[in-house]
Amino acid sequence: MSNLEKYVNAFVEGLGVDKDIVKPGLEYQAIAEWDSVGHMGLISSIEETFDIMMETDDIIDLSSFEKGKEILATKYDIAF
Amino acid sequence: MIWNLEHYKDNIALICETGITVSYEELNKIGKQIADTCGGRCLVFVMCQNTLGSVLGYTAFTNNDIVSVLLSAHMDRQLLDNLVETYKPAYIWAPEEKKADYAAFGNTECPAYMVYDYVLIKTGFAVSYPLHDDLCLMLTTSGSTGSPKFVRQSYTNVEHNARSIVQYLELNATERPITTLPMNYTYGLSIINSHLMVGATILLTQKGIMQKEFWQFFKEHNATSFGGVPYTYEMLDRLRFYRMNLPSLRYMTQAGGKLTSELHKKFAEYANLVGKKFIVMYGQCEATARMGYLPAEKSLDKCGSVGIAIPGGKFHLIDMNGEEITSPNTVGELVYEGKNVTMGYAEKGDDLLLGDERKGVLETGDMAQVDSEGFYYIVGRKKRFLKIYGNRVNLDEIDCMIKNYFHITDVVSAGVDDQMYIFLTDEEIASDVRQYVAEKTRINPVAFKMFVIDEIPKNESGKVLFSALTQYYE
Repeated sequence: MSNLEKYVNAFVEGLGVDKDIVKPGLEYQAIAEWDSVGHMGLISSIEETFDIMMETDDIIDLSSFEKGKEILATKYDIAF
Repeated sequence: MIWNLEHYKDNIALICETGITVSYEELNKIGKQIADTCGGRCLVFVMCQNTLGSVLGYTAFTNNDIVSVLLSAHMDRQLLDNLVETYKPAYIWAPEEKKADYAAFGNTECPAYMVYDYVLIKTGFAVSYPLHDDLCLMLTTSGSTGSPKFVRQSYTNVEHNARSIVQYLELNATERPITTLPMNYTYGLSIINSHLMVGATILLTQKGIMQKEFWQFFKEHNATSFGGVPYTYEMLDRLRFYRMNLPSLRYMTQAGGKLTSELHKKFAEYANLVGKKFIVMYGQCEATARMGYLPAEKSLDKCGSVGIAIPGGKFHLIDMNGEEITSPNTVGELVYEGKNVTMGYAEKGDDLLLGDERKGVLETGDMAQVDSEGFYYIVGRKKRFLKIYGNRVNLDEIDCMIKNYFHITDVVSAGVDDQMYIFLTDEEIASDVRQYVAEKTRINPVAFKMFVIDEIPKNESGKVLFSALTQYYE
């Protein structure tokens, strides 16, 4: 599985949403599932998927599908 | 008049996310204009969010003899329609950007008044229900299920509770609380009420603790305190809050349900270590907001306790026969007495004329015990409700809502705080039911787990055997 596929899966599992809606443009609070409660699940799911521990600043900065990719790529050496 | 706004006229009352500030003088002046526009005592629905207009309107009504009903600006539309029809408010105070949503209630194109981000919409009902003289405001007990049941709070209730909070938290004009809770939620409102009492500055933000902008705003304006429900503290723990550098922070409060002892201890230790305060509190909408608090210096000693009664209040425990329990460490129902015990409930327009039905005594419905030093511990609940992310959710109302909407009889909900389990027999509708409940309550769907079972366990007289359901989730 590619890192992008894993990343999409982390959203599907973490937020409990359909795969179709996990794509560029998806933002925090744009869907009912991605609120502060969902965010906790999402971060856990991402951390587990890539076996990382995210910094506080990165957790609160991860405000969209794209932003998350950028953070993972620049701070955690995950290539997409 | 609850707050002496004139006295603090040079102080800043509110600062919003965009940096706009509102002084106490402005709060007073604009408040009078809004009240004048209403033309005397009447009922107003305040569609709340943590912005300038929302707080300005609320203080205007409350300080000028107008009764407000505080609701979420994001509440389900159909539920709002029912409430408007039931109570026939004279005005609706709503966010300007959402005014089109309220067009069915009155003229939104030419609102009666407009300030900052809010508009005053006149509804034009031909009739209005008479209001009892003591009635100050109303809040929902479980707004999420759209029950028309409101808690009636008097001017005395609101003022006494705010003063008591000021006393035990030792609040003064230098405080700068930041909003973390909705203002239509009794705990969130109590923070606003108590801080306006002392001329403090309230930092208003729509952003949450999981957003970078929240913490930027927090640091930029030197927030001194915030409140949180158990889930807030779970999130803070997850954020490794302990490592954040927040020199302006003085204290944190926790209410809205029982925090795990583990987290209670963690935050109390953190607070002790860095010279801040962590204060666990206990309350209910039926007691205006606050009934008990655990003094910060006892937070480690008495971990897991909700503490002692607030200044001016009294706790005692009663057994099944209503007799007072005098021995320590014996479980009974917690009873509170104080001037903040609310007048009672309203379920229809005519109830707005009702007087005080409780006479200062509230049977809380919470089961508790007290230790030999007088500290109270909540151990359970008498009634069928859960706290989900701090929101009280009545399980019988949820069942009723699902039955009516899906025209089914075999459904029953149960669970533990922050996790509801819905049992039903029809597998085909399970995911629709979950989505429906999440939508209506505006609570994240992860809080609801569905169980499809062959049969809802019932006794011979047809009553649901809740004890037989716990095997699925305990």
